[in-house]
Amino acid sequence: MPRILSKEILAPDVVRFWIESPHIARKRKPGQFVILRTAEGGERIPLTIADVDRARGAVSVIVQGVGKSTRQLNAMDAGDEVLDVAGPLGRPTDLHPGRRVCCVGGGIGAAVVYPIACGFKALHGRVVAIIGGRTKDLVILERELREVADRVVVTTDDGSHGTKGLVTDALQALLAEGEVFDEVVAVGPLPMMRAVVEVTRPLGLRTTVSLNPIMLDGTGMCGGCRVSVGGEQKYVCVDGPEFDGHQVDFEELSARLGAYREDEAASLLLYERERLAAGEPA
Amino acid sequence: MAKKILQKTKNPMPLQDPVERARNFEEVALGYPVDLAVLEAQRCIQCKNEPCIAGCPVEIDIPEFIRQVAERDFEGAFRTLMDRNVLPAVCGRVCPQEEQCEARCTLGVKFEPVAIGRLERFVADYANLVKFTDDTPPQPPTGHRVAVVGSGPAGLTVAADLAKLGHQVTIFEALHKAGGVLVYGIPEFRLPKSIVEREIDGLRRLGVEIRTNHVIGQTFTVDELFTELGFEAVFIGTGAGLPSFPRIPGINLIGVYSANEYLTRSNLMKAYLFPATDTPAIRGRRVAVIGGGNTAMDAVRTSLRLGAEHAYLIYRRTRKEMPARAEEIEHAEEEGVEIIMLAAPTAILADERARVRAVRCIRMELGEPDASGRRSPVPQAGSEFDLDVDIVVFAIGQGANPLIRNTTPDLPVNKWGNIIADEGTGATQKAGVFAGGDIVTGGATVISAMGAGRRAARAIDAYLRAPSSDGFSPTDV
Ligand SMILES: Cc1cc2nc3c(=O)[nH]c(=O)nc-3n(C[C@H](O)[C@H](O)[C@H](O)COP(=O)(O)OP(=O)(O)OC[C@H]3O[C@@H](n4cnc5c(N)ncnc54)[C@H](O)[C@@H]3O)c2cc1C
Ligand SMILES: Cc1cc2nc3c(=O)[nH]c(=O)nc-3n(C[C@H](O)[C@H](O)[C@H](O)COP(=O)(O)OP(=O)(O)OC[C@H]3O[C@@H](n4cnc5c(N)ncnc54)[C@H](O)[C@@H]3O)c2cc1C
Ligand code: SF4
Ligand code: SF4
Ligand code: FES
Repeated sequence: MPRILSKEILAPDVVRFWIESPHIARKRKPGQFVILRTAEGGERIPLTIADVDRARGAVSVIVQGVGKSTRQLNAMDAGDEVLDVAGPLGRPTDLHPGRRVCCVGGGIGAAVVYPIACGFKALHGRVVAIIGGRTKDLVILERELREVADRVVVTTDDGSHGTKGLVTDALQALLAEGEVFDEVVAVGPLPMMRAVVEVTRPLGLRTTVSLNPIMLDGTGMCGGCRVSVGGEQKYVCVDGPEFDGHQVDFEELSARLGAYREDEAASLLLYERERLAAGEPA
Repeated sequence: MAKKILQKTKNPMPLQDPVERARNFEEVALGYPVDLAVLEAQRCIQCKNEPCIAGCPVEIDIPEFIRQVAERDFEGAFRTLMDRNVLPAVCGRVCPQEEQCEARCTLGVKFEPVAIGRLERFVADYANLVKFTDDTPPQPPTGHRVAVVGSGPAGLTVAADLAKLGHQVTIFEALHKAGGVLVYGIPEFRLPKSIVEREIDGLRRLGVEIRTNHVIGQTFTVDELFTELGFEAVFIGTGAGLPSFPRIPGINLIGVYSANEYLTRSNLMKAYLFPATDTPAIRGRRVAVIGGGNTAMDAVRTSLRLGAEHAYLIYRRTRKEMPARAEEIEHAEEEGVEIIMLAAPTAILADERARVRAVRCIRMELGEPDASGRRSPVPQAGSEFDLDVDIVVFAIGQGANPLIRNTTPDLPVNKWGNIIADEGTGATQKAGVFAGGDIVTGGATVISAMGAGRRAARAIDAYLRAPSSDGFSPTDV
């Protein structure tokens, strides 16, 4: 079973793991993800591959604890083994050499844009990264992005770090300043991706988003991850996860993400009670 | 054997009570007890010309195994079965016997045929109980390595046959559990998962390596199985795993499922145990399943077990044309499934939270026969009606999954995306690559997938043993 090689807390409830998976590390390209299970009876959790270390045969994932499955994963430690990891899944990012790209990451979205930024940079592009969070503690991967990107702009809602405001404010400021982009890549909470898409739409500026619908198998077998893109039905796990943001029906995606809200809440509550009863930190 | 008065009807299968079973996931059919099995076996008149064998896609020596049951030589009967069929406990349960072996049974001309499937199941279950194992010693190792993609019945059969011949076999399975449709599709109440696991353990004992969580086309391409991993032949048995939805409004509402998703949530992820397990399924109070095949039956019967108060099956033709096994349709009705014939959905209607509120259907009439020979349904203008439901499950057939085809450009496929392979050998037009099961034929049956696996194993064995693979055409085998 794949062993967790290291664990590092990047922000409250946000953890970076390096997990042994040599065959996945070998094949993975930017934009791809894995599906991981922590225990028998557990969910198949889709997670973007944030980075790979081919020498160690390991992949890194950055996980935000939002519900039972992700919290259970985040409670694991270096040396523990997860039950299984399948991948790399999904299509790689459509990378082109020498492009001027603005990578916008909101919250945990930074973990998804980071490998994409690396991919464009490796092809000699000019990469500007905008990352944002509600407050200073929630901004992740700033150091890593500064190492690859030509320019990094940080925003926080409360102004505790970087400029005060939203990532879209920063994007608009950059455009007003005269930065020219061939493409924008935006990943983060749905309202953020929608806002970015509305900034770039009038400019006809190509905008790629990475979608995170609820998935099951991740191989195109169930159709549960379907979204409407340009009026066509797409299976995100095999046709995506990246799509032209101007074509995505965000409203539908947002509704579908709420399909199991009550069940998820019940499951989390039960889990936290069990942990409390066992004397572990919830 | 002393001449006796022939019993005209099959000995009935003991079943769980319909009211009770509609609310649990325990197996519906309980199996013959020993004496009943022997009694049923004694109905067989041991026809000289053995017509039943020709009805079985893997050609089990049916009269022989039945004779052995009649003589209480259960171990012998088990060996006779295993000689031809590596999954007897599965086939005895899910084969459409009434169209295959039993359709050819001489007794069936005037009376009911011998219950061949029930006897097969009995022998396999008995063998498990008293722990007979198939102890045919495997051939000495040949040193040849074969990769099998997909662990459904086709892949499992190829793997078993090749392992017995001494080849080293590795199965690559995309999901976390081996078995294909047998584990994620067909529900526990029709095929207990412990039985599939048992059969797969048998494969491991033969030395077959099973690598789950390996998606071929992603983790490795077919070409990399040769070049990077050093396999000499590859068998593709990836099934028919791409769900179809009709082009009608409302298809992406919350509560609209493909049968694949609904059944996978329930069977593979055990949603019926939620929250003890972590993957939920929407527990519809009123559920509509669209379709008339085995998949539709499994979905609609699952919905009852997940707590539905009304479980509707909507089918555009009549009961007579339903492709599902007659027995499954009967079981579904006994359990309370309401069948709405001659109707098809035209739209799914939402409530204010984008959840399913109703399905709008149109009535059909049967017109002229179509290409399949069945009379085709014709919509009746102005006959629309709304049925209040909170879940709609589509079980209307499946396409071919594109992952392998997209990453293996020199593997020819037909216009539906199914791999083109020789029927007798499974050979594709790509050297060293064989294929069989639903990925070649489109959705078919467990036993036909196994038959394809068996034929491919023979051809792969010949391919591996050929003095030089150069210029060898497996279609010559
Ligand atoms: C391709 C892809 C890549 C992803 N990459 C990352 C990543 O790198 N880091 C990360 O932290 N998260 C990532 N996610 C999201 C992550 O998979 C979900 O947060 C996780 O499955 C939620 O499980 P849970 O039990 O902890 O929460 P739940 O209790 O199931 O849900 C909590 C919330 O998450 C949403 N959610 C539930 N299931 C999923 C799901 N399968 N996918 C997406 N959202 C879901 C729900 O709408 C709900 O609002 C990715 C999702 C996809 C599809
Ligand atoms: C709900 C349902 C009920 C059915 N009931 C009956 C019945 O009662 N009787 C009957 O005879 N038949 C029945 N069938 C049909 C029967 O199950 C299939 O015909 C049979 O399983 C086909 O076998 P297969 O080996 O070709 O593929 P499958 O059983 O589909 O197995 C294919 C396997 O390959 C894996 N795979 C796919 N792509 C990849 C990849 N790229 N890399 C690695 N692995 C991959 C899949 O995950 C799967 O495990 C039913 C089917 C369904 C869906
Ligand atoms: S495998 Fe199927 S067709 Fe063959 S004898 Fe058994 S039940 Fe009949
Ligand atoms: S056809 Fe029927 S009666 Fe004749 S041998 Fe076969 S099973 Fe027995
Ligand atoms: S997750 Fe099942 S098809 Fe994408």
